[in-house]
Amino acid sequence: MSVTGSRLQPTIFEKSSPGRGGGKIPHPPNDALDRIPADARRSVPPALPEMNEPEVVRHYVNLSQLNYAVDTGFYPLGSCTMKWNPKLNEWAARLPGFAGLHPLAPDAIAQGTLQLLFELEAALAEISGMEAVTLQPAAGAQGELTGILMIRAYHRAHGDLERTEVLVPDSSHGTNPATATMAGFTTVTVPSAADGGVDLDAFRAALGPRTAAVMITNPSTLGLFEARIGELLDAVHGAGALAYMDGANLNAILGRFKPGEAGFDVMHFNVHKTFSTPHGGGGPGAGPVGVGSKLVPFLPGPRVLRAEDGGYRLERPAERPTSIGRLRAFVGNTGVLVRAYAYIRAHGGSGLREVSDDAVLAANYLKVRLAGTFDEPYGDRACKHEFVASAASLKKATGVRTLDIAKRLIDYGYHPPTIYFPLTVEEGMLIEPTETEPIETLDAFADALIAIAGEARSHPELVLEAPHATPVRRLDEATAARQPNLRWRPMAGAETPCPD
Amino acid sequence: MPYGPHTPADRARMLATIGIDSVDELFSDIPEGLRASPLDLPPPEPELELAARLEDLAGRNRVDLASFLGAGVYRHYSPAAIDQILLRGEWYTAYTPYQPEISQGTLQSIYEYESLMAELLGLDVVSASHYDGAAATAEAALMTCRATRRERVLVSRAVHRHYRETMATYFQGGGLDLEEIPLVAGGPAAGTTDLVALERLLADPSRPVAGVVAGQPNFLGLLEPMAEIGRLAHAAGALFVAVVEPVSLAVLAPPGAYGADIAAGEGQPLGIAPQYGGPYLGILASTDALVRQIPGRLVGMTSDVDGKRAFVMTMRAREQDIRREKAASNICTNQALLALAASVYLALIGPHGLRDVAALGASRAAELERALAEIGVGRLHPGPYLNEFVIRVPDAPTVHRRLLDRGVLAGLVLAEAEPDDPSLADGLLVCATEVTTTDEIARFTAGLSDLLGDRPAVEIPSGRGAGRSAPGVASGTPR
Repeated sequence: MSVTGSRLQPTIFEKSSPGRGGGKIPHPPNDALDRIPADARRSVPPALPEMNEPEVVRHYVNLSQLNYAVDTGFYPLGSCTMKWNPKLNEWAARLPGFAGLHPLAPDAIAQGTLQLLFELEAALAEISGMEAVTLQPAAGAQGELTGILMIRAYHRAHGDLERTEVLVPDSSHGTNPATATMAGFTTVTVPSAADGGVDLDAFRAALGPRTAAVMITNPSTLGLFEARIGELLDAVHGAGALAYMDGANLNAILGRFKPGEAGFDVMHFNVHKTFSTPHGGGGPGAGPVGVGSKLVPFLPGPRVLRAEDGGYRLERPAERPTSIGRLRAFVGNTGVLVRAYAYIRAHGGSGLREVSDDAVLAANYLKVRLAGTFDEPYGDRACKHEFVASAASLKKATGVRTLDIAKRLIDYGYHPPTIYFPLTVEEGMLIEPTETEPIETLDAFADALIAIAGEARSHPELVLEAPHATPVRRLDEATAARQPNLRWRPMAGAETPCPD
Repeated sequence: MPYGPHTPADRARMLATIGIDSVDELFSDIPEGLRASPLDLPPPEPELELAARLEDLAGRNRVDLASFLGAGVYRHYSPAAIDQILLRGEWYTAYTPYQPEISQGTLQSIYEYESLMAELLGLDVVSASHYDGAAATAEAALMTCRATRRERVLVSRAVHRHYRETMATYFQGGGLDLEEIPLVAGGPAAGTTDLVALERLLADPSRPVAGVVAGQPNFLGLLEPMAEIGRLAHAAGALFVAVVEPVSLAVLAPPGAYGADIAAGEGQPLGIAPQYGGPYLGILASTDALVRQIPGRLVGMTSDVDGKRAFVMTMRAREQDIRREKAASNICTNQALLALAASVYLALIGPHGLRDVAALGASRAAELERALAEIGVGRLHPGPYLNEFVIRVPDAPTVHRRLLDRGVLAGLVLAEAEPDDPSLADGLLVCATEVTTTDEIARFTAGLSDLLGDRPAVEIPSGRGAGRSAPGVASGTPR
């Protein structure tokens, strides 16, 4: 039986029938466009599909059933924190007062949202131990860019123009070096130590007068807390550089470690990970950024401020000339932030600490359950919210790779873990159960992985050819990249002319 | 914990399996001196109380006004089916389709989004979406630099200020130059991109231009001579970036038709709520020639081992998780759920419906212009517009504030939004769409007429707008 629905759908273009649809919008007067100059007008109408509502709804409902999702099952996708997305939050974001508010509405009519944003900034500052928070970045990667551009502005404000390098460990997220490049820096990749943590000596050797920043994910992408983080931060600051924390793994350390208190200068939050906002099939997210006092002047604008009358207001254009500017239009992904606010309020301080406790507990439980079956390169240490297992030995013995195991897991009804990340682990699987899965699910998942390891020895073809019960099986990705087909080409004349 | 599953017995079993007594032991690797101070946050709130708090906050916003505010974000009718589809957990609680076998829904929906946008834009390659229109425009500008190996981009001053500021932020790191093309000051083309100035800026052989960026309609609502701007850009070896509003493309020439190499824009008007700034939908598209330069996810059609048609993320070698510091951009996510919303909108409304939306907006805007003219309030620029234009109102900030008391959101105060352009000091940028009603227009003009004392606008001394206004309005209660 398939873990998703199995009814593949023709494209909406193939379902279109000229003349179908309508009934949504009143017809405009015939002369509505007469004042638009002919040379500015469209000559051929776009060949969009023509469908009636029932067919549209069935199309998208049937397509949805081809997806695996948190609402349908366990999603132990390491580094992505696929936790429960509370339904109250969806309701809240759709309240007309929130959803209908124009982003350029005067402050006087936006007090509810401004208060929510102000309180959310304060909560994120408390959680991170940072001085101030901007909610503007639209995603974690944009948060990274925000942080690194602030670091750049900080060094320039101090006349320090020689700092052109950003140091990242080799286990970092790909966004870290990509961000450094976007912000005009050269990336220096520093190898990890044998225990999976940062190699202090290698960092000390790489740090110098050219170092602008060090970007560290803590807990690391291996799911390990950086035990030498204090020494590393001392070394970074000793070299005159600033420390960036990639907050992707914040779900492991709520109430246990505050990056700002520990000495990080800036970090981003992935609210779609830690604070439960839905991943949406790949977005939207939101990537607030917290900063220590050194970087406050450089925060993007507009910030949300307390007004003299006790209300709230947005910073005006050019009110703070030291700002790095804006990263996007308007204030931020407010609809996402409403959900994050609701999540933080629902949990309170004690509940957030329990989130991390239970996420870490679940990960360690799974790690122990799988210890005899897979290699666990860092198995001697407690992991945080995720851990990396490796099928390297299994592959040597059976020829079955991590990719095959991942595909076979689908047959067992699970979304696979993140595979081949971090790049530093051979045949790696990054497993993150999150705090919202019951022990029965964790056990069943562990049993499935153990069973697959057994199949790899007894019936390897079963694993090598998996998945077997999905609407489509393994795809030809090479042809897709070599001869890209990136859009449907409607047949010429398929559209009906607009009735002018 | 509100959503947690573990009973005390479950916890005890898990701890025993791990071989520890307390979960604290799992955090013993955090150095003692670096452990967090207690979280000073309010206590947990049960759902009933939290729901009331959220309703209260939402209720403190005012969304009941007759609104003429657009300026990059537009009120449109969103068919009821859209949100019902978006609320399916299979869409919104899935993640990036890394496992295509169990993500065909998301993958096909993105492919369809790319195809729909390609049709609308008249271009070939559409990214799976970017954060918003501003970020997409900034990425478009960076694309022109990568593709031409030049370092200077020209942007029309009539591109949304937030977009220009975002471009400037994205340009900080790369040693790239961003220069603004001034607008025509007077005459029939007032408020549009100054072609003479553009030609001059393009003429400097020592500083070759990578890209020229202009908007259609522009920020002031005016129609730009896009074909001419594109011709000038191409003559100088630069690429041409069109910043567009998708609904308008039902009736206005698409970027592909006037020679744009890249199109960027904000997809919010396609069925997405304003929600105070996002999440929105950054549209980014290009010609086939630039496919290797486009940042962000792309989904393509392929087949599986059994020959069945299927969809997959493709050309991943441009992306950060593979290429790291050599990636085309650091972008990781896309706005998949918003791309879905836009696709469902287009599918429900169809080509004729979209044309009706655009044409009805144009018709309502013309009605607004006529009604304003009847009370002596005229446009600031004479050129053609689609559904948004600037009106001249003395002491616009005060008038705008007082109209709020009368339940009218009178567009955007340009003195505040564009403080460095004195020509716009008396301007209000107003728009109408298919949801604008004759009654709303009447409320606007009645209020405005009262505040302006029924006299021709030009005769009202700045700073005083008394006249025969309703009690409480003349006293100008500050909000």
